[in-house]
Amino acid sequence: MHTEDITIDNITKVEGSAGLKVSIVDGKVSDLEFIVKDYRRFYTEAVKGKPIIAVPSFLSRICGTCSVAHLFAALEAIEKSQEIKNSEQTMLLRRLAYDGLMIRDHALHLYFFVLPDVLGIDSILDIPDDPNSKGHQLLHDSFAVKKVGSELSTAIVGAIIHAPFPTVGGFLKLPDQTKFPDLVHQLEETRPKVLKLVELFGIWEETLVRNSDYLCLAGGNGYDFLAGEIVNSNGRRVPEEEFHSFLKSVVIPYSQAEGYVFSDSHEDYLVGSLARINLNRQTLNPRTQTDTAKYLAKFPSNNVFHNNLAQAVEILQCIDDAIEILQSIKVVDEKPVKKPAKAGTGVGVIEAPRGILYHLAEVNGSGMITNYDVIVPTSQNQINIENDLKKYFGENLQKDREILRLEAQKIIRAYDPCMSCATNFLTIEWNEE
Amino acid sequence: MATELVGTKKLVVGWFSFTCCEDSTILLTELLNDHLDQWKKVVEFRYFKALKTKNEIRELDVAFIEGAISSPKQAKEVLTIRENAKYVVAVGACAVTGLPSASRNNLVDEKTNYKLYWYFSHFDYSDKVQKLSEVIKIDDQINGCPMNAEVFMSTLNRYLKEFGIVH
Repeated sequence: MHTEDITIDNITKVEGSAGLKVSIVDGKVSDLEFIVKDYRRFYTEAVKGKPIIAVPSFLSRICGTCSVAHLFAALEAIEKSQEIKNSEQTMLLRRLAYDGLMIRDHALHLYFFVLPDVLGIDSILDIPDDPNSKGHQLLHDSFAVKKVGSELSTAIVGAIIHAPFPTVGGFLKLPDQTKFPDLVHQLEETRPKVLKLVELFGIWEETLVRNSDYLCLAGGNGYDFLAGEIVNSNGRRVPEEEFHSFLKSVVIPYSQAEGYVFSDSHEDYLVGSLARINLNRQTLNPRTQTDTAKYLAKFPSNNVFHNNLAQAVEILQCIDDAIEILQSIKVVDEKPVKKPAKAGTGVGVIEAPRGILYHLAEVNGSGMITNYDVIVPTSQNQINIENDLKKYFGENLQKDREILRLEAQKIIRAYDPCMSCATNFLTIEWNEE
Repeated sequence: MATELVGTKKLVVGWFSFTCCEDSTILLTELLNDHLDQWKKVVEFRYFKALKTKNEIRELDVAFIEGAISSPKQAKEVLTIRENAKYVVAVGACAVTGLPSASRNNLVDEKTNYKLYWYFSHFDYSDKVQKLSEVIKIDDQINGCPMNAEVFMSTLNRYLKEFGIVH
């Protein structure tokens, strides 16, 4: 019997820490472990006993890059637990801030983490200082795209990370509308750069196809990251409140993060941009649809690398969506909706950049958290990632080991996983006696 | 930033992340929007896992470390960084104070701790999450959650001058 292990101790150009171990016996993959290495912080335990007003800001610390997603999911869960209905203005401003998050977060991943794979280099730090080189131009595009996303978020919620303005029931401070025309101008100036990005990933030939089920929010207002029901590839719809029972958590003994499969079929699934574009592309902003029609024709797609193309399309979607809102909204002075604390349970489900994000808050009559649960996208994708890698290694074991390591990292990176998000919780279900 | 170069030497920098949300890393990637072109002339990022595959912990002038220390393995890693860096800077709230990553230190409910024990017995968690200065000597710190960007810039500039990279 001939045995061999192919290992990657540190997968780079991702958020957080992860590794890979592939065991091979007699020329076949016998075992494969995608190992999330970040240590758990148990934040869902730490919020117990805290007043609800303090919880969204605390839980935004789950993740640096998508902190606004955790902030908004926590706000939604707590507001529902208190039966607080937000104003239309609050929801529009949250949507605007979220467009900023998506633009910056997707751009960080596509330009800083994946672009080196496209260019065949190790790092953006290796891109030559030649203004005529493709890499140099794309890198400088990235600065502009990321910056416009950051400036949009900062204008609406006060910061790109751990934003201070949003609160339960509204905003502590409203944005200065006089800044909006300049933001519109910057967003319009950024569009051509994003169209170049869409083309870059539209013609990228990397391919890994495996039949997968897709899950995302649908049925909100247009292409909506913040509202809707959960829908799968077969059109099955699940209300937000029932999402948890739709899934089964799986303890993965070598990984700091749990995995998830469907509770009925026990099959894996994928969340994120690819799921959203596969299932919701007909609701994209008309301008986005027109300008990306050539590449949208590739969807629905089972090629996991098209997750990156989908992210590029979503950057354009968020630019076009933000321009429309900025040009039409009239910000009026209003205070956050306040109600006396009551006992209740609320669920907030939104689309984080990497896919469905679930927050559940149980609150007592004094307005203190008694129970909290979070399900993040990377945990949900974990088993799908492993199964994709098993397929890849199973079909390519004849290749040089360094090539296999390189290609495996490309596959993992295509998902844009976030290990910081995946390791905050106490998820083991215990049979209480 | 002082921009007058003294010679061709660059400041050799390592950027490391331990237990945290990596918000300071994200903020640093935002600072690159305006400063990467300039920094490439004066800084060699010898270890920066978020941006490159080929990383080395060797002869670092300055190691910037974000995150709290959750395990003996992480403690050993920061000791290695300390041994290979002339200066170590703790970056962001988790590295400087331990919190919020050290929240589990304050969980006192017996039932909760019994559940946590499962994780502690399957992975190499330390009894307590520690701030960086409890594990290694630090030379500098940048407060904030995420780090204060202006303080980071001034700290970097100070080291660029101290190592004779710029006037």
